[in-house]
Amino acid sequence: MLRNTREADEALRRCLNWRRRILAVSQQVSALHVAPAFSCIEMVDAVYFGLMRNGPDGRPMDAFVMSKGHGVMAQYVMLEHLGILTRGDLDDYCTARGKLGAHPDYGTPGIEASTGSLGHGLGLACGMAYADRIQGSDRVTYCMLGDGEMQEGSVWEAIMMAPNLGLSNLVAFCDFNDFQGLGRTRETHPHFYPLAEKLESFGWEAIDLDGHDWPTVVEAVRNRQGNKPLMVIGRTVKGKGVSYMENVAIWHYRSPNQTEYQQALDELAAAEAGIPA
Amino acid sequence: MRNTFADTFYEAGKTDSRLAIVVADISPAGSIAKFREDSPRRFINTGVAEQVMIGLTAGMAQRGLRPFAYTIATFALFRPYEMIRDDLCYQNLPVTVVGIGGGVTYSTLGATHHAQEDIGLACGLPNMTVIAPCDPAEVLAATKWCVTQERGPVYLRLAKAGEPQLTTDAVEPWEFGRLRHLRRGTDVCIISYGPILKMGLELAAELEARGQSVGVASCHTLKPLDREGIIQALQGHRQVIVIEETTPNGALGQQVKALAWECGARCRLDTFALDDAFHHVYGNHAELLAAHGLSTAAMLERITKT
Repeated sequence: MLRNTREADEALRRCLNWRRRILAVSQQVSALHVAPAFSCIEMVDAVYFGLMRNGPDGRPMDAFVMSKGHGVMAQYVMLEHLGILTRGDLDDYCTARGKLGAHPDYGTPGIEASTGSLGHGLGLACGMAYADRIQGSDRVTYCMLGDGEMQEGSVWEAIMMAPNLGLSNLVAFCDFNDFQGLGRTRETHPHFYPLAEKLESFGWEAIDLDGHDWPTVVEAVRNRQGNKPLMVIGRTVKGKGVSYMENVAIWHYRSPNQTEYQQALDELAAAEAGIPA
Repeated sequence: MRNTFADTFYEAGKTDSRLAIVVADISPAGSIAKFREDSPRRFINTGVAEQVMIGLTAGMAQRGLRPFAYTIATFALFRPYEMIRDDLCYQNLPVTVVGIGGGVTYSTLGATHHAQEDIGLACGLPNMTVIAPCDPAEVLAATKWCVTQERGPVYLRLAKAGEPQLTTDAVEPWEFGRLRHLRRGTDVCIISYGPILKMGLELAAELEARGQSVGVASCHTLKPLDREGIIQALQGHRQVIVIEETTPNGALGQQVKALAWECGARCRLDTFALDDAFHHVYGNHAELLAAHGLSTAAMLERITKT
């Protein structure tokens, strides 16, 4: 069990730091996707620091596709920590002299696919995982989707194909923060839920869990059946970790002002004080 | 055309294990069926699902494979257009999207199956290469190019089966990106691509019978366009005629007109294309083209008008 272990505590601390780093970047620009990154931070961290295997060069040998491209700040700050992106890259975020935009761009170090338009990443991830399979690579492809994104028909084409192609080397996550542009996803599409049974009926293994509970996420993936693609439906809170952002739609794309920024840092510091040393 | 494509792809696939084909419930018989038997893992049928057809080819290309996507042109290009734009073009991946039934080939099936606007739409995409061979021999050459190219995404526009060879006596070989003169003439140059080039040859014969020296060229590569070759044609002839089986917007005729302006061409320039309209007409291919004003007689009438 991972719960209450040093590994889990370190993950808690890392995730607070990712939030701090994203908030720091938010002070460089007039707006960025804070809340959509905060909702998936624990799951993205679980991929990079709990699940991916490193190659001999110390870099991940597995792949991660951020299909909900607007969540990419979560990935950028981790790639910076891993030395795949530089501090300068983040300093120049969304500036003409830099290379990082608000959505992932293929060709940027550590970025597997150009996403941002929803409904693309899972199909791409299926193609990658299939090519790995037939070329004898044991790479695992991880893919992060949004719950609003799950409404795209193309996602369901990929959901249909993944088991047909035998993609047991594919692990997808649904960041189920229950928000989309015009409301809560469970209210805009009440008959779309629950998701897990639908995925299972399509031939996937599906696990519904708390997407902020790092040990549970990591163990669920580590202990997967392994003979089918897996979808982790992570129940999350949009803006998780900063009280005034949680479940408040405007924080989808906005930078906190100085006062709000300080309050956010104070809240993160208080949360950190609760983690065993 | 589709059989030549299939044969050529099959032969290339024997020696290049990176070649794969993803079809969406439409597949040429013959050699592709053989390819599927020989290399089942390099053949995927997504069924009636074209968005994931493109997504799969993109992801596979990102892992070093050289996939082709294949279905009817409307479903190959229009239905998953944004996947082609973002997954293939934005990421600049060497994937060939094969569309069969370009233009109004499927004349009796209605506009749902007419890829009328495909050339303009495909040419409008950054990084996209657009190739439209006029006969099986050009399909062979173009497919050979596609299976080895590293440039990026390609839209390979084919018709169906049974097209006649038009380039047997061509004075120039097929070369990617080059306007290909099939025959030379000093008065008139007819530029076309795709199987409708046959109409250009018929028109040429009519004009020759009227005492003119007429050249015919296959503009098989629509993008990148051979600007120099076209400018030479515009500057070297008294009259240039463009014939294409696609709607005018963004297609060859408009581009030749733009080049004519740029190079200050003094020649007469006539362009023929499909109407920018859906015609609710169901007949054979020639009848559909005629409904769009594309027949040798109609063209002859217009171009001989002073």
